[in-house]
Amino acid sequence: MSANLATCGYLSADELAACLPSHERMAKGPVAVIECVQDIPCNPCEEACPVRAITVGLPITSLPVLDAAKCIGCGVCIARCPGLAIFVVDASRPGDEGTVQLPYEAWPLPEPGDAVNALDRTGRRVGAGAVEKVLASKTQDHTAVVTVRVPKELLNTVRAISVEGRDGA
Amino acid sequence: MTQADTDIIVIGAGPAGLSAAAEAARLGAAVLVLDENDRPGGQLFKQIHKFFGSKDHRAGVRGYAIGDSLLAETARLGARIELGAVVYAIYPDRRVAVITADQRRLLLNPKKIILATGASENALAFPGCTLPGVMSAGAVQTMVNLHRVLPAEKTIMIGSGNVGLIVSYQIRQAGGQVAALVEAAPAIGGYGVHAAKISRLGVPILTGHTVKCVHGVDRVEGVTLVALDDRFRPVPGSERDVAVGCVAIAVGLTPLAELALMCGCKFTYIPKLGGHLPVHDDNMETTAAGIYVAGDITGVEEASSAMEEGRLAGIAAAEALGRVAPQEAAALKQAVWARLNALRTGRFGQARRDAKEQITAEGRGAHVS
Repeated sequence: MSANLATCGYLSADELAACLPSHERMAKGPVAVIECVQDIPCNPCEEACPVRAITVGLPITSLPVLDAAKCIGCGVCIARCPGLAIFVVDASRPGDEGTVQLPYEAWPLPEPGDAVNALDRTGRRVGAGAVEKVLASKTQDHTAVVTVRVPKELLNTVRAISVEGRDGA
Repeated sequence: MTQADTDIIVIGAGPAGLSAAAEAARLGAAVLVLDENDRPGGQLFKQIHKFFGSKDHRAGVRGYAIGDSLLAETARLGARIELGAVVYAIYPDRRVAVITADQRRLLLNPKKIILATGASENALAFPGCTLPGVMSAGAVQTMVNLHRVLPAEKTIMIGSGNVGLIVSYQIRQAGGQVAALVEAAPAIGGYGVHAAKISRLGVPILTGHTVKCVHGVDRVEGVTLVALDDRFRPVPGSERDVAVGCVAIAVGLTPLAELALMCGCKFTYIPKLGGHLPVHDDNMETTAAGIYVAGDITGVEEASSAMEEGRLAGIAAAEALGRVAPQEAAALKQAVWARLNALRTGRFGQARRDAKEQITAEGRGAHVS
């Protein structure tokens, strides 16, 4: 991917590099990936973070900065981001698989155990995923957070899922 | 609806008008809001997405929830809302001519008028554009989010501003398909995060493309897309056909400024903000004394800034009526300006702020009665 968010609608490798936590950090446990690269006036992520790992500051068009060392990967920011631009990746478990937590705003919600298509930033199917957990509390206000298990090498690639035959995909 | 005790008439019960009404009523003015629609809230009740901004701007709250709280606020503060009420004229003596929902014709005589009439969606002309199935993105959004009807199984969206991007996503949420989002310019107009949301659902965004024609006999059956060169000329041989049942058009908005024209306000032309706009000052007062404006009529932005402008107009109108001391009014307005200026920063906001400053510079101290 060498394309640009403003011309193609998805992050280029360069843009992505600025968002991704290090391999070492990902191997330690769940950590947020904030794919927010334009100076739009927005800062709910900053307030959402219970450990103050996200800083936007002033002006509110500043880009969010994640302190990956502070981030505990709780995922509260995922549903609070109006742009649905925050994900949590976890490469810490043994074996070949890790998890991606992603925002999900369609109906019906997937269920734990569902086999899903793992999609990249362009909506292309890149592999199979398995739903582990679905959080849809009232405070999330209809933005569910779905935890999907995927091969570790796809943790920075998978950013959406589709359930076969459910969403027209 | 009675004339008796109305200080301020607000025309338009969208985010700007309701905010203006709430603020003026809070300061003690008797406010009547008129709206030609049968529901208040303007576009808020079909905006099912979470808003951007800070906590002060209600960030993270969905549009319809903001609409609910604005309606509750105006009701609590005692502003009256009259629906189905069409304002068809404002006369030189500032009397407001209305046809009510029950077909009565009234001439009201408020002390101040706040115009919050919003904007209308732009059309796009191409062969087949009158076929059923070609509609504005706002119409699709109304069908899908309010009436819960998909216009077609598969839609093509024209225009990549935030409206085109958001409505494409909402079509997908409703279970519909979006064959592509087509943008004539070389870059996407709206926020990248909105573009990313539809990209990862597999909706291709075709920049440098437009719709050449629509085909179908008595309804849309498909479109022919064509690539554009760097001077927006169709590239011969680049045509391709896509089967869709709906063509949604999101190519910008134009302020609904007819009532301001009737008032004899001075206008200015700013394409970036949607075209011909009434000049106004920092109080949102036009060059016609006692006539205020707020929201998209002052230049097309979005609901968050429309609400702030409404609050400004409401405070200023109440101040002009002597309902609030100048010092207190100044402090209230300053707080609103701080929030507005925060929204009008960054690559998307700064150009709007510059254009707005051009308007207010023209408007300062330029009242004619």
